[in-house]
Amino acid sequence: MRNKILILFAHPRFELSVNNSMLVQQIPDIPEITFHDLYEKYPDFNIDIEYEKKLLSDHQIIIWQHPFYWYSAPPLLKQWIDLVLEFGWAYGPGGEALQGKIVFNSLTSGGQRSAYSKDGHNRFTVRDLLAPFDQTAVLCKMIYLPPFAVHGTHRISTEEKTQMVLQYRNILDRLVKGDFSIHEIKKFSYLNDWITNVTNLISAL
Amino acid sequence: MNFLTQALIYLAAAVICVPVAKRLGMGSVLGYLLAGMLIGPFVLGFIGKEGEDIMHFAEFGVVMMLFLIGLEVEPSHFWKMRKSIVGMGSIQLILTSLFIFFLLIILDLTWQVSLAVALAFAMSSTAIVLQTIKEKGLSRTISGQASFSVLLFQDIMVIPILAILPLLALNGLSESSHINSSLIGNLPGWLQGLSFFAAVAGIYLGGRYLFVPLMRIVAKTGLRELFTASSLLLVVAVAMLMQIIGLSPALGTFLAGVVLANSEYRHELESDLEPFKGLLLGLFFIGVGASINFELIGSKPLIIFGLVLGVMTIKFAVLFFTGRFFKVATDQNLLFAFALSQVGEFSFVLLSFSNQLTIIDREWMEIMMAVTAITMTITPLLLLVNERFIDPRFGLKETPDKRDADEIEEKHPVIIAGFGHFGSTVGRFLRANGVEATILDHDSDHVHLLRKMGFKVYYGDATRLDLLRSAGADDAKILIAAIDSPETNQELIATAQKYFPRLQIMARAKSRLDAYELIDMGLKDIYRESLHTSVKLAVDVLGKLGQRSYTATRQGQKFLQYDEEMVIQMAEHRHDVKQYVMKVRETFKLQEELLSKDLSYDSGESDHSWDSEIIRESLGKKIIDT
Repeated sequence: MRNKILILFAHPRFELSVNNSMLVQQIPDIPEITFHDLYEKYPDFNIDIEYEKKLLSDHQIIIWQHPFYWYSAPPLLKQWIDLVLEFGWAYGPGGEALQGKIVFNSLTSGGQRSAYSKDGHNRFTVRDLLAPFDQTAVLCKMIYLPPFAVHGTHRISTEEKTQMVLQYRNILDRLVKGDFSIHEIKKFSYLNDWITNVTNLISAL
Repeated sequence: MNFLTQALIYLAAAVICVPVAKRLGMGSVLGYLLAGMLIGPFVLGFIGKEGEDIMHFAEFGVVMMLFLIGLEVEPSHFWKMRKSIVGMGSIQLILTSLFIFFLLIILDLTWQVSLAVALAFAMSSTAIVLQTIKEKGLSRTISGQASFSVLLFQDIMVIPILAILPLLALNGLSESSHINSSLIGNLPGWLQGLSFFAAVAGIYLGGRYLFVPLMRIVAKTGLRELFTASSLLLVVAVAMLMQIIGLSPALGTFLAGVVLANSEYRHELESDLEPFKGLLLGLFFIGVGASINFELIGSKPLIIFGLVLGVMTIKFAVLFFTGRFFKVATDQNLLFAFALSQVGEFSFVLLSFSNQLTIIDREWMEIMMAVTAITMTITPLLLLVNERFIDPRFGLKETPDKRDADEIEEKHPVIIAGFGHFGSTVGRFLRANGVEATILDHDSDHVHLLRKMGFKVYYGDATRLDLLRSAGADDAKILIAAIDSPETNQELIATAQKYFPRLQIMARAKSRLDAYELIDMGLKDIYRESLHTSVKLAVDVLGKLGQRSYTATRQGQKFLQYDEEMVIQMAEHRHDVKQYVMKVRETFKLQEELLSKDLSYDSGESDHSWDSEIIRESLGKKIIDT
């Protein structure tokens, strides 16, 4: 069976972001993938909770795609988490609606990957900083995967960008087809590393 | 024949022939021409020699057309076009006259006759070309613009040509046969030049300080026909002024149009004069058709059709070369060259003038006039052939070129009908966000005041179909129905729904009951009025035009914040009208600046990324990553 993916996209200044528009444009236009543009749909932050819950129920894999503002997500995504993941539905007694679903962050950041390390400028790794999302997922009995990240968005060359976009496509493709092992993925700190590894293995064969 | 019989013949001929021609895909011009031939002396014989008189009378349609064209040309755009007007125009005129001159010399005509005819034949038909271009919706294309430039230059050049012709006269010409019976004709050159500038200045000042206040008074009477009368009066007066000082009436009314293009009465004038122009032009084409002398053509077919072929080939070749020279794309260039390849109506004037000056004898004049009329008749056919068979090979792109869209006409994607407190808030917000709208309001005092405050508002009753049309409802995307009276607003919406089904309508509702009515009319975008809903409407307009809705919403929130601050500041100034107007201007400007600053904030560095290298570099050099 093919998996259905829900991309929850949150970017308050999307019209100005070259990198995100490249990533978004290249998302395959197939019925299995639902692209949900939160800032376009809820400019006044008035989230339709029932509609969002239905969307979640209809998909097996959830992606929070956003720029990595202040080591976190833009406010509308937090609002979404606050409102949609209801007690008794997503967590707590009887809260089993999301059980077994897969979730991960897909983010863009201006800083280089090396800045996100113990000795780096930002002192923590991206994985460390994503702990609140990780724990949110776990509390909702979901499976939290390492993030997909595009770093150094201001310095990245066009070839590197194309490479990144291609990687993202590959990841989405494998997720839809169910062509992955959660156990295997969890060994990597980024989904980028996992997909590089998988494609290298294939070409080695 | 009495008046009624005549009217019956002309109207019936037009009503029968034009639809038939249109159905056959030939355009209205050819329809009128055929109607003229049909009722003319050589086919049915309903009308005799008066065809030419009709033509002279109906030439006024051309004058009116140029006024209407002037109305659509903003002065600044006109200034931008000066290069192509003078450049393309002079190349075309000089080369065409030169080649035709040599053609006629070869045919053994004297050089005086050859020169006079060559100059006459260099002219193209403003009436046929512009009417056809407009009908085909090509005004905004490059070919449309090029045609317009060349035609305008020709119109201007008629005056010096009329001045040169007497010099060609063989015998010592008596002053009495001078057709150029202008008041200043006998003045020395520098005085004539001076009076030209005086006339232009007169048109400018008269238009601005006499006509606009007059229209304001007329608007107060509320009499529709008085508007029409004043519009006609204006055109007639300018045409006469021009004739007195010996300038081209067409040029004069064109300038008057340009002067009034920025005034609030632009759309009112357009919709008032449009039907007159159409009828007169139709009459003019009928006159041309009726004046074709089939007997003469029958007796000298070789020379006449030889000349038609030669002249049209030369004109086409020169035009094509001119287009090339100005880097017009091949498909557009073909259209341009075919469209202008005929000899125009000014040729009739120049030929008969030359005949009066005894440069050319009656027989040759009639032959040349027949050639003129035939080329005019052939043009619509040529364009048809070009459209069907030639241009498709070059991949005709008839869609208007975006970049050039606002050179001749400025049409906005949004129309706001009713500019009271609701509409004006919408308009202000849109303007602050870089969206220009065409604004209509029915209260002339109000329009006057708003214009003083710096809004480009047009006077007019938006419920009238013709006015909506001249405000650009055919091409606009969104109509904002914000008229104060719910009944009038609903009337407007009904008209718009009926005639402009593609137009998205966003409506102001006064009350819940009013909203119900609008829902019954099938409307989706309904805004029950208040300051906040007017801003909400404007925010939604931005969304519909492609702005991200979150950004639009933020702009709306800031607009409201600035507006609340502003109203407190304005309160103390409101008793002194003069000061108030000034203050409003100032404050609105400031508000717009603030909003557009908000919009462009942090746009320099791709997105709103707090961790961009540049921000951190400016914070200090403690950057570890590379």
